[in-house]
Amino acid sequence: MSNLTVSNSTLMLGFVLVIVALVIGYIEKLHIDKDIIIGVIRAVIQLSVVGYVLKFIIKANDNWLTLAFFLIIVMNASWNAGKRGNGIPKAFQSSLLAIFVGTTVTLTTLVLTGSIKFVPEQIVPVTGMIASNIMVAIGLSYRNMKQTFTDRHQQVLEKLALGADIKLASLDILRDSIKSGMQPTIDSIKTLGLVSLPGMMSGLIFAGVDPVKAIKYQIMVTFMLLASTSIGSIISCYLAYKQFFNERKQLNNDLIS
Amino acid sequence: MALFLLDSNLLLGMIIEYNEVHQHIKEWCIVEKIIEIKNLSYQVKDTKILHNINLNIEEGEDVTFVGPSGSGKSTLMRIIASMISASSGEVLFKGQKIENIDPIEYRQKISYAFQQPTLFGKTIKDNLAFPFEVRKQEFDRQKVTGYLEMVNLNETYIDKSVNDVSGGEKQRIALLRNLIFPPEVLITDEVTTGLDTENKAIVHRMLKDFNEQGLTILKVTHDETEINDAAIKITIRDGEIANV
Repeated sequence: MSNLTVSNSTLMLGFVLVIVALVIGYIEKLHIDKDIIIGVIRAVIQLSVVGYVLKFIIKANDNWLTLAFFLIIVMNASWNAGKRGNGIPKAFQSSLLAIFVGTTVTLTTLVLTGSIKFVPEQIVPVTGMIASNIMVAIGLSYRNMKQTFTDRHQQVLEKLALGADIKLASLDILRDSIKSGMQPTIDSIKTLGLVSLPGMMSGLIFAGVDPVKAIKYQIMVTFMLLASTSIGSIISCYLAYKQFFNERKQLNNDLIS
Repeated sequence: MALFLLDSNLLLGMIIEYNEVHQHIKEWCIVEKIIEIKNLSYQVKDTKILHNINLNIEEGEDVTFVGPSGSGKSTLMRIIASMISASSGEVLFKGQKIENIDPIEYRQKISYAFQQPTLFGKTIKDNLAFPFEVRKQEFDRQKVTGYLEMVNLNETYIDKSVNDVSGGEKQRIALLRNLIFPPEVLITDEVTTGLDTENKAIVHRMLKDFNEQGLTILKVTHDETEINDAAIKITIRDGEIANV
C-alpha cells in the first residue's frame, strides 16, 4: 500500500492535465471548455461523496446497508440506461429488470463459487462494475434497435403483412441489437493484456498485489462482465422490441424517426 | 294409429330435409360480403386522410381503386389489411369487426402486397420459406417450384441470391410470398409500377388465375391498361369515394 502516494497536493498538481485539455479546447475553438469544467467539478464532488459513503459502509459492515447500496447502484444505472432509450416507452422499467437480474445472477454466482465474499468492500465495487457495464450494453442495444427499426421498417411491415407475429417480424433486429450490446465486451476481451490492463488488475497491481494474482481477478471480472452484459442485453431487448408495436400488432410509427 | 305415427315421422323428416335444402339454396344464392366498410375516417393529427368511407366488397370480386396520388387509396388498403387502424368507423370481415379478430390470423387471410417490396435475407429461399415459417411448417420445395413456374420462373431460382434477380423477378417472387398459402383477399398496391410489359403481363395473368379460383382482389393502380380493363372501378378523391 506504500506505493499509493496520491495526496491533496499531488492532485492539485495533477490539475495541470485538465488545463492542457482546456487549452486545446480553447485554441481549437471546440466550445467544450464549459463542459470540461462542469465535468471535472462533478467528478471531484461525486467521487469525494462516494469515497466517504464507501468508507462509512465498509466500516459499518452491515448486510442490509450493503444491499441498500446495491439497490441504489442498480436503480441509478437503470435510470441512466432508460434515458439512453431515447423515447422507447418503459425503457426505465425494462432496464431496471435487465440490470437487476443481470447483476443479481452474476453476483450470486460469484459469491456462491467463493470468488468474492459478501462483504461491502467487495460487493459494492463489483456491483458498480457489473451495473455500469450492463448500463452501457443496454444503451448501445437501445440505440441500435431504434436505428434498425427505422432503417428496416419496410421489411418489418412486409413481414407483418405476410401474417408474421411481431417477434418473427423483428427477429433480425432483435438479434442485431443484442449483439451490439455485447460487442464492446467481446472486443475488449480479445485485447485484454495486449492493449489494455483493465481497472481491476491495474488497481491491484498499484496496491502492491502480485501481478500473477491480479490477473486471476481480472479473468474473473472478464467472465462476470461477459455473463452480465449478455443477460442484460437479452432481457432489455426482448422487453424493448415489443414497444415498437401497438396492441393490434401494428408498427408504432411515432418511434421511427 | 301405427300407420299414422309412421306417416307423421316421415312427414317430420321431409320437413327437416326441406328446411336444410332451402337453407343451402339460400346460402348458394347470396354472395357473401367479404369486406364491409362503415363510416370509416382516418386522420393524422389535424390532417384528414380519409373521410366517411362506406363500401362493400363481395367474395371473389376484382376491385380496382383509382384516383390521384395522395388521395388516400393506399391508406384505405392499409386499414383493410390491418396494418394501421381507422380513426373512426369500422371494417368488417365476413360480418365480424376486424378489431375482434387476432391480427396475425387476419393478415394471413387478407394479404397486402407492397409497391416496392424488399426481399428478405440472402437467398430467394429465405423469402419463399417465410410463409412456411409464419405457419410453423416445413419448407415444401415441390410446392414452391410449382408456384415459381406459375410466374415463369424455375426451381433454380430458389437458391439464387436476392441480389441476382431483376426488378420484375423480384416483384413476382414478392407476390408469391403472399400467394403460396392463398389468402381470401389479396391487396395489391401498385405492384406493377415500374415493370416492363412482359412482367406486367405475367403478374396480370397470375392475378387473373387466382381471381378465377375465387380469390378476392383489391387493386390500387395508376396503370392505364389496368384501369381500362377493371371489372369494378372505385375512384377515391380527397379521401372520399368519388364514384363506384
